Amino acid sequence: MQVTGAQALVRSLESLGVDVVFGLPGGAILPAYDPLRSSTIQHILVRHEQGAGHAAEGYAWATGRVGVCIVTSGPGATNLVTALADAYMDSVPMVAITGQVSTAMIGTDAFQESDTTGITAPVTKHNELVTSPERIPAAIAEAFHIATTGRPGPVLVDLPKDVLQAEFTWSWPPVLDLPGYRIPGEPDQEMIAEAARMLHRASRPVLYVGGGVIKSGSHEALMELAEITQAPVTTTLMARGAFPDTHPLALGMPGMHGTFAAVAALQEADLVVALGARFDDRVTGRLADFASKAKVVHADIDPAEIGKNRSPDVAIVGDLAATLPRLTEAVRDLVADAGPTDTAAWVEQTAGWKRSYPLRYTQASDGPLKPQHVVERLSALTGGDAIIVAGVGQHQMHVAQHFAFTKPRSWINSGGLGTMGFAVPAAMGAQVGRPNDLVVAIDGDGCFQMTAQELATCALLGLPVKFLIFNNGFLGMVRQWQELFYEERYSEVHLGTEIPDYVKLAEAYGCVGLRCEQASDVDAVLEKALAVTDVPTVVDFRTHDAEGVFPMVPAGHANDDIVLGPEFTAAEQQAAARKEVIA
Amino acid sequence: MTAHTLSVLVENKPGVLAHVAGLFSRRAFNISSLSVGPTADPRVSRMTIVVDGASTPVDQVHKQLEKLIRVLKVVELEQDAAVERELALIKVTVRPDLRADLLDVAAAFSATVVDLSADTLVLEAVASPGKLDTLLARLEQHGTCELVRTGLIAIGRGSETITDDMPGHQPMAAVAG
Ligand SMILES: Cc1ncc(C[n+]2csc(CCOP(=O)(O)OP(=O)(O)O)c2C)c(N)n1
Ligand SMILES: [Mg+2]
Repeated sequence: MQVTGAQALVRSLESLGVDVVFGLPGGAILPAYDPLRSSTIQHILVRHEQGAGHAAEGYAWATGRVGVCIVTSGPGATNLVTALADAYMDSVPMVAITGQVSTAMIGTDAFQESDTTGITAPVTKHNELVTSPERIPAAIAEAFHIATTGRPGPVLVDLPKDVLQAEFTWSWPPVLDLPGYRIPGEPDQEMIAEAARMLHRASRPVLYVGGGVIKSGSHEALMELAEITQAPVTTTLMARGAFPDTHPLALGMPGMHGTFAAVAALQEADLVVALGARFDDRVTGRLADFASKAKVVHADIDPAEIGKNRSPDVAIVGDLAATLPRLTEAVRDLVADAGPTDTAAWVEQTAGWKRSYPLRYTQASDGPLKPQHVVERLSALTGGDAIIVAGVGQHQMHVAQHFAFTKPRSWINSGGLGTMGFAVPAAMGAQVGRPNDLVVAIDGDGCFQMTAQELATCALLGLPVKFLIFNNGFLGMVRQWQELFYEERYSEVHLGTEIPDYVKLAEAYGCVGLRCEQASDVDAVLEKALAVTDVPTVVDFRTHDAEGVFPMVPAGHANDDIVLGPEFTAAEQQAAARKEVIA
Repeated sequence: MTAHTLSVLVENKPGVLAHVAGLFSRRAFNISSLSVGPTADPRVSRMTIVVDGASTPVDQVHKQLEKLIRVLKVVELEQDAAVERELALIKVTVRPDLRADLLDVAAAFSATVVDLSADTLVLEAVASPGKLDTLLARLEQHGTCELVRTGLIAIGRGSETITDDMPGHQPMAAVAG
């Protein structure tokens, strides 16, 4: 059968099981939008291409499936770059389709021409400029294969207009021609056995859990490993929800704004087992001083992560879905032969740290509204039964710290790139992917204004997403750095709380708009927001403008220099520096 | 500088050079030379990349290159297990009083004269990079007015070839529809 390149694109997407794409049309991609009209695929018309990209990411985070977006050439493609970079940093499976000027025009500075594959090469797992229509089915199938296998990531397919218009004979399935693409095979059993012996012997082990555990669907396997080894578990910003915060072995989040218990446990550990984590600088602090007493086991699907920042003693390259059960099995055999691990004293020590130096804040009944309080009330009212999406800044850290995550894929944020503006479109994508789940975005006032236009998209779709704006009137995280490291010389961080009026803005966008100014109203306002089921709700929480995020390891410092913050006395801070248990 | 030589087989497709070059700039890898050319298989090109091991983690270069979809194989060639060559074209000023010495130097390095003008000549020299450096230093006193070097190319010694045990340029299995 003869089809156009555009029809082939749509058929390929349908054949690969795509049910929704996020996009915005324009000249070069126009041919693709015609067959899309009669397709089974739902197209969600965003208001800005960055929104399409983050929505595809949110969809992928929430569902584990590929997020797909489609935009035009030139400005459409360049608007997508931030989302691609974000997906690349956080290993989010995503396929981006971009229009391109006709092949004969490429290189002539044609209207809306941009070197899209050139621009996006450093921020995609792979990209391709397709130059013949016959190539389209294979290019699309390869893009999905690459995006979802091995370490996931974004793949971009650039389609010139004439290629979309030309006809050829349709055939499916295509043959994938990827001779240089390597997906790690089975993990090395020798290495697993050695890691098991180290875990069995260790007296102060820590499981350092990264986003790979969620991506590989290995949270249950992780639970088994934790229970058989009795090793405390810390979940990074990318892995919140991989291990329930309510579990006695849970230490919370490590790193710059991690819990004292998690940071101290890594520093004092004799064995750190990194599972799908990448020793990011926000976790390690000054690298030379990170977990310096520990031997390291590093299990990851990406061989290039092994030894990139920290040289491991044992490296296990492969899918955690294979590695984790085998590692657990190997430890179980050792336990059967030689008795259980002996970590009781260590677990008690970490529990002592949790008691002594908890995440602490004070909500005075007549005092300013604390962001932590809102998060804790949300956590309590939802019972953790929600998909939480965050922007980037203080509010993000407050949620990551104070929400009790109990399930994988219940936390979505921009970890590696730290993209302000992520939350609104990502929450939209998450709600589209999981229509029956409660989706709550917690966003900063600064972040919200970067992509708020997608409220229109959400409202027209009737998506009941809750957008909770933590309106502190500041680029709060930057303000905090100026307070701490520039002697309170505040420079260009004040936004003001009154403009825009978020309640009116919400209403203008066809959403419910609510405001909450004091702690005593939080429950009632949240309940009101949670009761809305047919349109988005925006809540303007007037949160304390001078609230900081603590604990904090100052950038470039060793994790031992962790600062507990103003809620702790000097004596407590000194005891913490000695890593004493005082409660 | 501790030079490491990587031989990289890549698919002969558009954009491959950009992906490789982009990787080096994005990861702040320092390379001292890169040369590309076809192989016996028209679908495959071969790059020879010299990496400065003092400033750049060679293991990372190797692994990151392997992650590029269009890269088929990466092999590090050990200096004593490989033949390394570079070609240079060197335009030198000819001073009548030093003409004899210039030709002696060229002969000593098996460099041939490939162009002559009234007061310059062009030498073609093929040598290991070290030997080429020595030649250039020696020519300095004559006045080198222009220089072009190809960058290093290298091949392993002995009967083994880089394509031994290659995954093969075979298409992978079809996807399920
Ligand atoms: C696109 C982008 N620009 C700048 C930054 C730097 N930055 C990090 S956090 C932050 C402040 C965010 O302000 P807001 O959204 O109000 O959140 P808050 O910290 O106040 O909770 C800024 C400007 C960034 N991460 N992303
Ligand atoms: Mg703010």
